[in-house]
Amino acid sequence: MEQAEHKQPPYMVVFGALGLLTLIEVGVAFVGLPRIQTIVVLLVLAVWKALLVALYYMHLRFEPRRLWFVVASPLPLAAILVLGVLAEGW
Amino acid sequence: MSQAATLALESRQPMPGIGVYNQKFGMWVFLLSEVMFFTGLIGSYIILRFAHPDAFTEPGRVLNVPLTAANTFILIVSSVTMVKAFAAIELGDQRGLRRWLLATVLLGAVFLSIQGVEYVKLAEHGFVPMVASYAAEGAPLYGMTFYTLTGFHGAHVTIGVLCMIFVTVKAFRGRYSQADHGGVEVMGLYWHFVDLVWIILFTIVYLI
Repeated sequence: MEQAEHKQPPYMVVFGALGLLTLIEVGVAFVGLPRIQTIVVLLVLAVWKALLVALYYMHLRFEPRRLWFVVASPLPLAAILVLGVLAEGW
Repeated sequence: MSQAATLALESRQPMPGIGVYNQKFGMWVFLLSEVMFFTGLIGSYIILRFAHPDAFTEPGRVLNVPLTAANTFILIVSSVTMVKAFAAIELGDQRGLRRWLLATVLLGAVFLSIQGVEYVKLAEHGFVPMVASYAAEGAPLYGMTFYTLTGFHGAHVTIGVLCMIFVTVKAFRGRYSQADHGGVEVMGLYWHFVDLVWIILFTIVYLI
């Protein structure tokens, strides 16, 4: 097992943040903001939660930088996939 | 040290190129392929939704948001129990590993059960995959997209629970140790990924 020389990540703090962000998300969905603002805020919150899970629970924060690049590699491809199909309809 | 134990330890050594051991890298690459898979599904959903907004409804009208929010919370808690299991075996705590793995299996099963109950309730109210009342140009978009997205995610969770049972049985047989617990870590990666996808799915399908 490679030695990850870091102290244990704050799992329970991250859990608290995830719970709080979920509550905020549900609140934002029903509070009646204009549509675009609702979508933007909800997506920001969702990405924030996803990043917390990836960085702390999946330990990405403590892995070598080389792995970060590998993990980030499908993101531009995913963006191309969605934008390419969207562009067809324009 | 026995030859098997030596081989096991050697297989967990970080590789010079990527810096992590092969099994972990392999699981990460698999998860990245799953990112593309879910991008295809979620991307299609977004495009169809933008193209035919009248074929969908505002949040909460058809889908049970409070129940699913609770279910989201249950899946997040299962991620916590999974990471606690990993943290336990990193310190050599066999009892902790077993306890937390068992909790993860149970929470995963609860998540699936609640999803199943939700499907049954929706079907009782007439919301089925080919529901004609939410249609655009003849295509029952709302039902189709909802069941495809949540169904595929549910299939991933089901497979995750089955694999988790295998890992838990191995843990109860004492097959993991402080020096050799790559299987727990790799299982954890898959489980957290499934949670991550649900975080995105819940937001996009239920809240937007």
